[in-house]
Amino acid sequence: MTLKTSRRGFLKSAAAAAAVLYVGARPDGALAAGSAPAQLNPFVKIDADGTVTAIVKHFEKGQGPATGLTTLIAEELGVSMEDIQYEFAPSDPSRYANLAFGQFQGTGGSTAIANSFMQYRQAGAAAREMLINAAAKAWGADAGALSIEDGMVTGAGQKAPIADFVAAAAQMEAPAEPRLKDPSEFRLIGNASVRRKDSLPKTNGTAQYAMDLHLPNQMVVVIARSPRMGGLATGFDDADAKAVKGYIRAAVLPNKAGVAVYAEDTWAAFQAREAISVDWDFSAAETRSSDQIREELMAAVNSDPTYNVNGADRAATEALVDGADTVLERTFYFPLLAHAPMEPLTCTIEANEDGGITLHDGAQMPTGPHFAMAEIFQLPMEKIRINTMLAGGSFGRRATPTADYQVEAALAFVLTDRTRPVKLVWSREDDITAGYYRPAVAHKVRIGLDAAGNIAGWDHRVAAQSIIKGTAFEPMLVHNGVDHSSVEGIGDSPYQIPGQHVGLTDIAKATTVLWWRSVGHTHTAYVMETMLDEAAQAAGRDPVEFRLALLKGGTADQQRLAGVLQLAADKGNWGKAPAGRSQGIAVHKSFGSYVAEVVEISGSASDGVKIEKVTCAVDCGLAVNPDVVKAQMEGGIGYGLGHVMRDEITLTDGVVDQSNFPDYEPLRIGDIGAIEVHIMPSAEMPTGAGEPGTPPSAPALANAIAVTGPRVTALPMNQNGVDFV
Amino acid sequence: MALSLKLNGKTHEVDAEPGTPLLWVIRDELKLTGTKFGCGVAACGACTVHLDGEPVRSCQTFVEDVEGAEITTIEGLNSNVAEAVQAAWVELDVVQCGYCQSGQVMSAVGLLTDNPKPTVEEIDDYMNGNACRCATYQRIRAAIQRASDMMEA
Repeated sequence: MTLKTSRRGFLKSAAAAAAVLYVGARPDGALAAGSAPAQLNPFVKIDADGTVTAIVKHFEKGQGPATGLTTLIAEELGVSMEDIQYEFAPSDPSRYANLAFGQFQGTGGSTAIANSFMQYRQAGAAAREMLINAAAKAWGADAGALSIEDGMVTGAGQKAPIADFVAAAAQMEAPAEPRLKDPSEFRLIGNASVRRKDSLPKTNGTAQYAMDLHLPNQMVVVIARSPRMGGLATGFDDADAKAVKGYIRAAVLPNKAGVAVYAEDTWAAFQAREAISVDWDFSAAETRSSDQIREELMAAVNSDPTYNVNGADRAATEALVDGADTVLERTFYFPLLAHAPMEPLTCTIEANEDGGITLHDGAQMPTGPHFAMAEIFQLPMEKIRINTMLAGGSFGRRATPTADYQVEAALAFVLTDRTRPVKLVWSREDDITAGYYRPAVAHKVRIGLDAAGNIAGWDHRVAAQSIIKGTAFEPMLVHNGVDHSSVEGIGDSPYQIPGQHVGLTDIAKATTVLWWRSVGHTHTAYVMETMLDEAAQAAGRDPVEFRLALLKGGTADQQRLAGVLQLAADKGNWGKAPAGRSQGIAVHKSFGSYVAEVVEISGSASDGVKIEKVTCAVDCGLAVNPDVVKAQMEGGIGYGLGHVMRDEITLTDGVVDQSNFPDYEPLRIGDIGAIEVHIMPSAEMPTGAGEPGTPPSAPALANAIAVTGPRVTALPMNQNGVDFV
Repeated sequence: MALSLKLNGKTHEVDAEPGTPLLWVIRDELKLTGTKFGCGVAACGACTVHLDGEPVRSCQTFVEDVEGAEITTIEGLNSNVAEAVQAAWVELDVVQCGYCQSGQVMSAVGLLTDNPKPTVEEIDDYMNGNACRCATYQRIRAAIQRASDMMEA
């Protein structure tokens, strides 16, 4: 694949610039090219004119890797942020794998910066050393006397732009272990004044998302899907659709999951789909309602769990709880949730002249659709090209283990003569109704407190539809039957909780389910942090002090969690709420990061709650782009709060009740008064930022509401006793 | 049917059936993709354009109803207010995924054109129909205030 890529690169650059010195691929797969542009390693490309391009292996859905990975290159290479651009890497896990995922290219688990931090710095540093060595040779100078700053090689009484040395550097071997800058030398990493690389095009309408692609002669395809999960199309009548101008034809998908409706443009496709009636076979379709799913989950947490998650003796825990002075017992229910990224799902497939195909996609996990395309089209991997475009949000939705929408597009393309590109477009209704939800989950917790108000035992049972079982990720993420994503954040929390038992029961999947921003932590943090709050209240102790007392084991994990808890409490004026306001606090570790949040509200559950202010403290190790980290906390908080306030997906007889934003109402600008984010200074390795802001937000709100109102144990809040103004 | 649209200062002859949303003429026929499709039911504001200077949702505006009107998309913004709004947006790095931001900018320009010095309540009220799933609202609010200050300076 590397050879092919480099040959294509050769032909392209040969056409663009006649002067080609040398093009080749070393046996180890690294590219070395003396043509313009020169790729010094898989992550850095420099044109003959000195234009530096970071090749970004993570897709950009707003979470900031286009800025972050570019920062790492610019820092070590020695160029300013203004003098470096970025492009997305091709799909090739041999070079662009997520180091946290094995041989798999993809973005998820808040790992983009964490897994790229050393790799991209080394790439930038290697390019710097190669350019310096080339300059040293040209000048007859000692390389040790030279440095690169703002794109200029400087030293030994000389100064010249890096462009002068690109051709020579490109013929050198990359150094195996280039010297990395000491953090004291950082000018860009950790600098809060570094700006996003994608602000301008996203502000003036020029940014190109997958939805914006218009290939010459393309067709638009939309899919008529079964109203019930799992129904199969057996036929259709398109007589009325033929009156729609621009309608081309329709065809049942090879897997019968729906009917592909082809048209000349998007509106014609939507209109034609409306006009087509489809015959469905519902014999294997879901017919349950969400109320039944809820009953199954509740029954499961009220029975003995199937799996023992943390190896604790359940009978011993039960005895500890039963024998305690005070027993707190709560059962929780979390509904299905849709991700609803702002850009509805879309991708485009076209045939290449070499017999292969290109997928244009806001590709979150390129390796997944890459394999799927190879199988569907019966092509070798190197004949599949994936053009990663900007994605209008994801929150997990663009990363299905089944490559669901890319497969849909491929199947729709297979049914054509392949002479025209096919662009798959989802409507918002498709997005809200077509599954891949955050699973519905139930918890039951029984806590025993001793006479002094200390926790004596903690019996915790979870029932969920497993996200991971039945997917290719099962060997990695399911152990001894336990889908870790169902229970993460309970038994592995930094809290030292005596006598804790964690049990899990899976229930049959009613819908397709998927990771949703912060995955299991969306519900585990809520249960842990509201129960701890209630325990503190029962013990007559301050919620912050109560938590800190469980974090005194002296581990770094506990110290960091305590650190953000204290910082949020200090910055959020914990305990000093203005008259008429209530505060709630929560803290949670997820994706290697520690986040605490104080939510301050006015009003009450019965009179109407207004979220006035959220104060957040985050420890994500070294914050490479502090302002992007802040933005991710702001966004993570908003995403968490918006859904717990008023969103749920429900089913009636297997049909999803919601269809669009009017009944799956997004957070609006007036819902949160202010958000203040404080970043804990740290020299630790960077950890996650995209997801960890979400988990503490909902329990902090619930705890604030509980100061004057009910303990909310079923979501969304507005369906369970809380009014919002 | 053949229609004549005045868009971004130019007249475009387009062929569209009555009832076609302006959004799809702008995106699919004129290939101006800064105006986004988010919901199709005027519930998210991603498709916001200006009609004679007033923000409207182009997904619920029929093409036959806008003949003769001045239509402005994000690509055609050209005013001191727009300049201030876009500069403030970049200065504060408002965007995340960015998909809703054309619509946010179009609405913010509408707001500050009507009301150059809005209160926080007025901002929240005016911008209520523009959803941002990334929840960039703090920065949207701050950028509108910043743009207001820039306009005054």
